[in-house]
Amino acid sequence: MADPVTFSNVDSIQMRLLEEVAGLHEVPAGAYNIRANGQMAARAASANIDIISKEDGTGIDIRIKPGTKKESVHIPVVLSQSGLTEMVYNDFYIGDDADVVIVAGCGIHNGGDGDSRHDGLHRFFVGKNAKVKYVEKHYGSGDGRGKRMMDPQTEVTMEENSYMEMEMVQIKGVDSTRRSTKADLAAGAKLVIRERLLTHGSQFAESSFVVNLNGEDSSANVISRSVAKEDSTQIFNAEINGNAKCAGHSECDAIIMDNARISAIPRITANNTDAALIHEAAIGKIAGEQIIKLMTLGLTEEEAGAQIVNGFLK
Amino acid sequence: MLTLENVSFGVQEDRKEKEIIHDLTLTIDDHKFVVITGPNGGGKSTLARLIAGIERPTQGRIAFDGEDITDKNITERANLGISYAFQQPVRFKGVQVLDLIRLAAKKKLAAADACVYLSEVGLCAKDYINREINSSLSGGELKRIEIATVLARGTKLSVFDEPEAGIDLWSFQNLIAVFERMRDKTDGSILIISHQERILNIADEIVVIADGKITAQGSREDILPGLLGTASAVDACSKFYKGGQ
Repeated sequence: MADPVTFSNVDSIQMRLLEEVAGLHEVPAGAYNIRANGQMAARAASANIDIISKEDGTGIDIRIKPGTKKESVHIPVVLSQSGLTEMVYNDFYIGDDADVVIVAGCGIHNGGDGDSRHDGLHRFFVGKNAKVKYVEKHYGSGDGRGKRMMDPQTEVTMEENSYMEMEMVQIKGVDSTRRSTKADLAAGAKLVIRERLLTHGSQFAESSFVVNLNGEDSSANVISRSVAKEDSTQIFNAEINGNAKCAGHSECDAIIMDNARISAIPRITANNTDAALIHEAAIGKIAGEQIIKLMTLGLTEEEAGAQIVNGFLK
Repeated sequence: MLTLENVSFGVQEDRKEKEIIHDLTLTIDDHKFVVITGPNGGGKSTLARLIAGIERPTQGRIAFDGEDITDKNITERANLGISYAFQQPVRFKGVQVLDLIRLAAKKKLAAADACVYLSEVGLCAKDYINREINSSLSGGELKRIEIATVLARGTKLSVFDEPEAGIDLWSFQNLIAVFERMRDKTDGSILIISHQERILNIADEIVVIADGKITAQGSREDILPGLLGTASAVDACSKFYKGGQ
């Protein structure tokens, strides 16, 4: 294991990005690995959580011992150097009966002309009866002409009676993102995915979820709330396959504004007579009555619109 | 004081101008509890919307405390001290009851202070303060929250458009008590559009509107006896009595 490195390796722009994506303003409690401009900037393990660099240098393995309770892992990535492109592979091994919070996230500040890009493949192996809360935030800033791009891929393998809650948030500043999330659930496993997305300008965001409910009494709930403003484009694909007695639900709720475009493509497939699957998708603009109600409380039309969007994405 | 002077309002229907309010003149004095009643389709709700600024008159002027507000928009009128409770309250996905009450009060109220307004309308505050204003709320619950937002504003004039519409009889009985308390406590004027006899019974003044015109106006003692037994003054239980006979 590498020696712990202090936060002195992180500059002020990177610090701001860390705060946006991981809520960090100081060294976090628990295990962490902070990657800045393609390099490891800080790392710490704990008695129960080990973080090991892959031998080929392409990423890290996070190993959480069985039975680890109430611990957290922060693994944010920040890029502040224009034109930097990277691809990382992180694997999470969560032991049986563990109960942990994992905070990931990526912030890009691009003040230059080159495109900055961070792509990652996160693989989760969630042990029996383990409980994981995973939070991933994306954020972009900087007024350079170079684009800020992120294509995160997530693969989740859930063993019997495990529980995973994934919160994925992208509110501002990412020009292009293609998110792909795939999950396989064994008997009794439960997965909850909550996605919140706001796009503006000429941004493009595509989210694709494939959830395979393989074990008896497995269940999944995929909930997406998004707002597309200005000339942005969003595509939402949610595929749930019920391969056993199981319950699956997907919901896409989107507010469309200005000249934006949104596609929602839910797909449910039952390969077993006891699979109960539901999908819901709704796209619409802000209702005029909602604006009027807030105006009767003294808000201007613009303030009313902002409140409605904030509440919707909260 | 609110005054409407020769106000008319029309809409285009089948390429013809259809007038809903005809040359209507009305004054709502300060500290008064005024109930507007009359047959359905007579223009009552339109009148409320004209006062709130949601609709603009095609003719005539509206003044509030001596200031001409005819050309002022909804926000400006709200900030001058006019509140409006919707007949069909709006739902907001993701917005919590506490958020809406804070927006109404125009300050970052502590949850406990916001609870006072919910308790006032008969909602057990701790069960509701963090609820989203979405389709999980019943019509009666939404109506009470709507009224709580008007209470939180505490403005000089509060307009309620048919508070009894769309709620069950049980909820309505409780709502009457809310208005009775409001009548005793509130400093400002209250204007309620209602057909309910029990609401008419606590009015200082009753205005009857039919076909876009005022057909009767005066104190409760003068007007109510003539309305009893008509559709303009409905006993909340009359349908039940009839059903039981």
